[in-house]
Amino acid sequence: MQEKATLDRQTIALRVAKEFQDGDVVNLGIGLPGLACNFVPAGREVLFHAEIGVLGFGEMTAPGEGDFELVNAGGQTVHEQPGMSCFDHAEAFVMIRGGHVDISVMGAFQVSEKGDLANYMVPAREIGVIGGAMDLASGTKKLIIAMNHTTKDGQPRILKQLAYPVTALNCVNLIVTDIAVIEVTDRGLVLKEVAPGWTPEEVQGLTEPKLIIDPDCHDIELM
Amino acid sequence: MPINKIVDSFDEAVADIEDGATIMIGGFGIVAGAPSLLLEALGRKGSKDLTMVSNVTGFGKDVWSQLGFKFAEDPDILVRNGQIKKAIATAPVSTIYQNNFERLLRAGKVELETVSQGTLAERIRMAKAGIGGMYVSVGVGTVVEEGKETKIIDGKKYILELPLKADFALIKAHKGDRWGNLVYRRTSRTFNAVMAGAATVTIAEVEEIVELGELDADAIHTPGIYVDRVVVRPQVIEAEEIEYSAEVKESYQKYMDRKGN
Repeated sequence: MQEKATLDRQTIALRVAKEFQDGDVVNLGIGLPGLACNFVPAGREVLFHAEIGVLGFGEMTAPGEGDFELVNAGGQTVHEQPGMSCFDHAEAFVMIRGGHVDISVMGAFQVSEKGDLANYMVPAREIGVIGGAMDLASGTKKLIIAMNHTTKDGQPRILKQLAYPVTALNCVNLIVTDIAVIEVTDRGLVLKEVAPGWTPEEVQGLTEPKLIIDPDCHDIELM
Repeated sequence: MPINKIVDSFDEAVADIEDGATIMIGGFGIVAGAPSLLLEALGRKGSKDLTMVSNVTGFGKDVWSQLGFKFAEDPDILVRNGQIKKAIATAPVSTIYQNNFERLLRAGKVELETVSQGTLAERIRMAKAGIGGMYVSVGVGTVVEEGKETKIIDGKKYILELPLKADFALIKAHKGDRWGNLVYRRTSRTFNAVMAGAATVTIAEVEEIVELGELDADAIHTPGIYVDRVVVRPQVIEAEEIEYSAEVKESYQKYMDRKGN
């Protein structure tokens, strides 16, 4: 029996990046999702898109080594690479809203079993940060949510119904958390992978809706 | 008379922005790409009750100083000075700390309209293009839909969004000429190029003024037709002081370590 551990931010990002296929256009949200640009599987060519107006940028730079006029959605400096293109904000969102972006990765407060997403406002705060989240959730072909499985005090964030204000309805395709990988399907939430040392039953215990355990459910690969 | 849109100083460039004006502010939210010196000049002029249309409300220095960055420029000045009456923005507050705008909002001193980012860009572009409205699917089933006309097109629900026009657009570009032709660098094009021409008066802050013809006709991002004034930044600003906190360095080291596994 392996020791039960939760995935750290870097490892969640690494797992998310395994979803990226050759030629995919991928938009990464602020924070944890942004780290995924560093973990593209070897040999795969992926085009990263940022709503600030750039397509085809490389990994993040070391602090102090970047160009402040070449940043990702989180304002972090990134490397330039051959083939990269820059454009204005309206064009960046034509790409998103027009369905030209294949994968969007973002964080969330809550996800429902139907794939509804809440990630722009904590009700107690009363002021929301919509940013590009509604556009990305509505417009991209595949939406991956990267988040911790529960709140800081252990409450589920994967719920039957959202309690927080909606970012977009029926939009999430895959949820990667610190303990599980869950696919949103028409028949419900399918548990595909668990963190090493965790059982499907333990993941279910921290998830409000009933999970369908995939017959091939296995440990998340950490490399 | 040769056309000459170049003005001599930042103070002159913003001299006619009066109290109550609606202003668009280009850039994304970080210092690069923000028309910092135009904003500082408007701060000196002291115009009040401004409606500000921008991606964020916490500009540059205010936000980034929280992450350990230090900049010589201060694009957050209008908010801090209390010159803003209303903001129309996509990210009005920070998720990690309370910015100056949030303090004013909680004190009831400013109004806020939050818009999704793609809709903000298209509403601005509609004003520039003379389009009266557009149907978008973004925001259906959310707070954004409230109070708006909706329509089913081809079986899918859409929300009517209206154009957003301003009196002045303050933008930043890399190079400009006396006709107002502009080019931007990398991710600084962002809202700058969208806002150019969406206001009655568009004022561009540029790093460098070049002679007519120096900008390749095929490579001009914003044709001069959209630009009314061009003002050049002093070279001395180039020497920005940027310091990184221990947290920023540690965060980078963590992912380099993980990547090496």
